[in-house]
Amino acid sequence: MARFVGRRLVFLVAMLLGLLLLTFAISHVAPGDPASLAAGPDATPEMVEQIRQEYGLDRPLPVQLGRYLLGILQGDLGRSVRTNHDVLADLADFFPATFELVTVSILIAVLLGIPLGVLSALGRNGWFDQLARVVSVSGVAIPMFWLGLMLQLLVALDLGWLPLGGRLGLMSTPPEPITHLYLLDSLLQGQWQVFGDAAAHLLLPALALCFPALASIIRVNRAEMIEALGQDYIVTARAHGLGGFRTVCLYALKNAMLPTLAMIGLRFGWMLGGTVLVESVFDWPGIGLYATQSAIAQDFQPIMGVTLLIGISFMLANLLVDLAYVWLDPRTREPA
Amino acid sequence: MAAPDMTAAPRAGWRERHAPRIRQLRLYWHTYRRSASAMLGLVLVVAFLLLAALGPALVPYPEDAAGAVHLADKLQPPSAAHWFGTDEVGNDILTRVVVGTRLSLAVALIITGVAAGIGVPLGILAGYSGGWLRETIMRVTDVFLSVPALVLAVAIVAALGPGIVNAIVALSLVWWPGYVRLIESKTLALKGETYVEAARLAGATTPRILFSHILPNCLSPILVKASMDMGMAILAAASLGFIGLGAQPPAPEWGAMISIGRNYLPTWWWYATFPGLAIYFTVLGFNLVGDGLRDVFDPRSRGR
Repeated sequence: MARFVGRRLVFLVAMLLGLLLLTFAISHVAPGDPASLAAGPDATPEMVEQIRQEYGLDRPLPVQLGRYLLGILQGDLGRSVRTNHDVLADLADFFPATFELVTVSILIAVLLGIPLGVLSALGRNGWFDQLARVVSVSGVAIPMFWLGLMLQLLVALDLGWLPLGGRLGLMSTPPEPITHLYLLDSLLQGQWQVFGDAAAHLLLPALALCFPALASIIRVNRAEMIEALGQDYIVTARAHGLGGFRTVCLYALKNAMLPTLAMIGLRFGWMLGGTVLVESVFDWPGIGLYATQSAIAQDFQPIMGVTLLIGISFMLANLLVDLAYVWLDPRTREPA
Repeated sequence: MAAPDMTAAPRAGWRERHAPRIRQLRLYWHTYRRSASAMLGLVLVVAFLLLAALGPALVPYPEDAAGAVHLADKLQPPSAAHWFGTDEVGNDILTRVVVGTRLSLAVALIITGVAAGIGVPLGILAGYSGGWLRETIMRVTDVFLSVPALVLAVAIVAALGPGIVNAIVALSLVWWPGYVRLIESKTLALKGETYVEAARLAGATTPRILFSHILPNCLSPILVKASMDMGMAILAAASLGFIGLGAQPPAPEWGAMISIGRNYLPTWWWYATFPGLAIYFTVLGFNLVGDGLRDVFDPRSRGR
């Protein structure tokens, strides 16, 4: 196990280096001038020239790459022309909101997706299965940003059940930051009203974001359950008189969960990508909104910062899933 | 039917020469047709292809596609004259949605084509060659796949500047790694097959093995993935349009239309609603066709 973790960590570092090379290529090698990109759209030629010298952009590419990597190691992700803050500080401000949104969204997808998958596998080709199939086929095809707008239109504006956007209403003050996650912080401090408000604001964006993940979790879980239910050990368990619920949940689901788990890691990363769309619909103050606002203002450094942060989070999520996989399924462990 | 007389007809007709292939295709069609969802997908895809081909000739107000201005008709609700209503400069939304089909399908076709054109050869090369070449190709692929495609595309468009052409370039650049993964594993499996071994022993050159033995056997997974990717590329291009990095108004692009239309919610709800439905139904169509094709080519996946 230790050797496996070690190997995975080495691999992670290599991938990280690759990712940095990729972002370097996008910012320094792509046609277009990195100095004027960094300076922003309103910069005068003198300012661009100054930045070029300051960042060493007049030097040969390998030297630039070295400086770029050194800078990133020291936490220098550049400056945002729009907010006039260091990108790293901005990311630290905005990331908790995104993390909270994505976590709640993946929880909804898992908590809905697994029972739906199990139930459709049990009633294969019945009406419930057909319904679940409609959900899972549509989930992938619906444009997430459009679904968000439609949810706003129906649930927030027409019915008035949930707030339109933002992270908290005007009447609530954010809880004292402990984890920077509003749900958790308000809960820790017993502020029930703030908790309710934060949850209400979170629900619609989390729903809009979870649909593609929900779709694929239903699909994979259903397929795996059908396979597991056909196995000999299920027949044996039934023959021994074990109840339906126990057989299904304890034996079949346990084995069907592994591929679903792998799916969840992948979906977590795609959800981080989806925040770019959903956050701008719901005015959710996370890194996705930060990226789109920067993109519109042609503020380049923050976008590279968000790309790196999302890439790193995705890699970590996959690492965790891999570790959980090995921990849960002894067969994947390599012989010592 | 009488048995064909080989002496009387030394050259068999096209039908006879290709009989096995025709039989295979008919079997495929027979399997495909049995799935209601696959047929629904096919109907949707064919309908949107027809709209893309004939759309500009069919629409009621062709001049609105390029952004004519009729301020007197602005923001009209859906009616007999304007089925989907009108937008803020009085353009017929039905016209713009229908004309936008061509743009969306063309963009998706380019992205999928370029991605497969880069990814398939690299995948075959990686799977067949092994060694350092495989390592290099696969690690580069891993790096690209370590960032969600949409985020990477946003970064590239940000570097190149917004616009539909740059959006296509960016999406094509982030789309190929999926094909490398798919084809590499398929090639790896095919490499050990007896008939490939036999071809090699018979002295076939490597390009010949790749082109006439490995590539044809990769076609069905490529076709399934390409069909799914047509839908996903439409979605991605519309997403970039929605953020403001893709097609720029007044181009009739669905994502860009929703992006403007959202400012007119909730009173003028039709503006953002109908382009979204168009995206949903095209993507749904391509996904269902992809699903149907997978069931046809890979019977084990059926019913999953």
